[in-house]
Amino acid sequence: MGAPAKAGGDTVKCDIILCGVGGQGVLTVGAVIAMAAAADGLEVRQSEVHGMAQRGGAVLSHLRLSDTSVAADLIPRGCADLILSMEPLEGLRYLRWLKSDGVLLSAEEPFLNIADYPSPEILRAMLDKVPGARLVPAQSLAQQSGNRRAVNMVMVGAASIYLPISRLILRDTIARMFASKGNDVVARNLDALELGAASAAAQARSSS
Amino acid sequence: MPSGTNAPMTRVALLGDEALAQGAIDAGVSCAYGYPGTPSTEIMEYLRAAQERNGRPLARWSANEKTALEEALGVSLCGRRALVTMKHVGLNVAADPFINGALVDIRGGLVLAVADDPGMHSSQNEQDSRFYADFAKVPCLEPADQQQACDMMADAFDLSERFHVPVLVRMVTRLAHSRAPVQIRLPRPENPLQKTDNPGAWVLLPAAARQRWHRLLTLQEELAAAAESSVWNVETPGDAPWGVITTGLARNYFLENAPQLSPCPAHLHIGQYPLPVAALRRFAAGKSRLVVLEEGYPFVEERLPGILLSAVEIRGKKSGHVPVEGELDPDNIREVLELPNRPAALPVPQELPGRPPQLCRGCPHLDTFRFLADALNGRGPHLVASDIGCYSLGALPPLSAIETLVCMGASISMAVGAAEAGMANAVAVIGDSTFLHSGMTGLVDCVARRVPVTILILDNGTVGMTGAQETMLPSSALAPLVVGMGVPESHVRVVTPLPKHHDDNVRILQEELDYPGVSVIISRRECLEWARRQRREATP
Repeated sequence: MGAPAKAGGDTVKCDIILCGVGGQGVLTVGAVIAMAAAADGLEVRQSEVHGMAQRGGAVLSHLRLSDTSVAADLIPRGCADLILSMEPLEGLRYLRWLKSDGVLLSAEEPFLNIADYPSPEILRAMLDKVPGARLVPAQSLAQQSGNRRAVNMVMVGAASIYLPISRLILRDTIARMFASKGNDVVARNLDALELGAASAAAQARSSS
Repeated sequence: MPSGTNAPMTRVALLGDEALAQGAIDAGVSCAYGYPGTPSTEIMEYLRAAQERNGRPLARWSANEKTALEEALGVSLCGRRALVTMKHVGLNVAADPFINGALVDIRGGLVLAVADDPGMHSSQNEQDSRFYADFAKVPCLEPADQQQACDMMADAFDLSERFHVPVLVRMVTRLAHSRAPVQIRLPRPENPLQKTDNPGAWVLLPAAARQRWHRLLTLQEELAAAAESSVWNVETPGDAPWGVITTGLARNYFLENAPQLSPCPAHLHIGQYPLPVAALRRFAAGKSRLVVLEEGYPFVEERLPGILLSAVEIRGKKSGHVPVEGELDPDNIREVLELPNRPAALPVPQELPGRPPQLCRGCPHLDTFRFLADALNGRGPHLVASDIGCYSLGALPPLSAIETLVCMGASISMAVGAAEAGMANAVAVIGDSTFLHSGMTGLVDCVARRVPVTILILDNGTVGMTGAQETMLPSSALAPLVVGMGVPESHVRVVTPLPKHHDDNVRILQEELDYPGVSVIISRRECLEWARRQRREATP
């Protein structure tokens, strides 16, 4: 799948499954994308998970962007353009939502809080069966941006090459979100965004 | 658009819960009460934030859903508008003031926002609150999207004041926790303080209650007429020989699939109850088949055969065409719409392990469960009855520390029953907020009958599971409270659940298990999530 361009097709539609483990910032990633999409004039629906599931359990959020009205809060099976996962195992959990030519974009680093987490070899084998799987070294890129905690922004950046949202508006949204924390924090989060975008773009080129 | 609203103002992205809260503000609500419970919590959190910003409306957490609704009844008697928020099982707790509140002479609009949890994401059952509204014989509004959640509130308060009954607004998890842009309107002013001029209608002694019951029964025709002309019940024509009836979120799942239906069936959406009987009969006329899609129990589907004048085939949950359990979604309604399954893109790897929720690393409950296990070890038969909160996760392996979770406050009363049945080592494990919600009444039984039960109150200073709301009383008030209720002071022990105190805590618990009377051990250490939040709020 390429970036769902606004020109060419008659409608813009981007259905995203966001997932990860409670506490990993799944809802933050969703909020950034949703805010930027709304600022870019798109209709947005974001279904979130609150309560018990947030306690270190699997977290799933449906994010739907469209230039026409969105009917359902939930994405139909086999219709998601993108699965955006904060860790690889969780991304696999929601494959039944992914379009046949959809992209599974995940942070590379496993989140280990269960005893039966698969071995790296088994995990690799499972990911290899997904043609659209792309792994982003999110933690090391965040480190590189000078802010270990910017993993979320790295993943937003990686996703951005698949999103029907202008890069300028995305940057502006992030700048506004962190404005109260000073220019330095803004700059580092924007760096994280660009590092994530560059990483995903390089992978998209090499696999196409 | 419905009455009570003004020109559109701004468009903001809100959760369904937040949209409902904003709608209550716009409708001039004066006071809001509730008890935290997923998926309803964010309604009150939004109102509390509004109160912090603007001073109004008054938005308060209450000890439980029953006190919350009773407080709201007091507000209504004084002429002002009141909102009560709760999750579906909370309405079981508030059922007494709810059913009887339908008989009094509601003055200021009284609206209950009740959030059901189909699929049981964070609940012990899937009960459908529409049945409660039907049982109490009061109107129910059911929003289908965030905008409706906001707009319906003006109508809900207007209906309540027009018919002088409480009105129930039914939310479900997927709407409560889904965000979409919502148009906000100019707020209506609050009602002035004006005590009821019909005080006799608030004294439900049998003679008066009979009159009030008669009035409620005769009102039903008017409530039905209001539903017939409601803007929330909408018919869309179609060209197929069959029709689709939807309620709530099912409308959206139908519309998601409707473009693939040719010819397209006519569609009747119901958002206001009691059911619009005439509209249903008109809609069914000439149709060979009706498909009913509703989130929750088959409320409409069960009533249709008694409403329709001629036999029509009805397909839905009762007929087995739609799953009875769990939530609806855009896929599991395709069969009844006679659409093929969407082609499965990729299979989920079979060997994928689950990732259930778990207690936070370093959570004080973990240390409590450890000393509880060691204290019980080797003591023979025992029962650890427990309750609702983060500590419910102690039931899962590897902890397997608790044996029951039934309803709020049941731990203490169930331990009493077990002890009276002859069970030695009857233990109740309950959180501080759950204790204040409905554990205290069980303790009264326990003290009055001197039942040998050992009660562990897990005092983390907050309502942890729902996002660290404040508890009704500070930690310092707990020990004096249980002493005041009659637990001997020497058997009220306060311990700190930390690994370094493990051996002491085991010994203390064993001493109290040996004591043939009521003991309360308060295991006190602050919730990590709450502490984190305090730190976040402290930094500008």
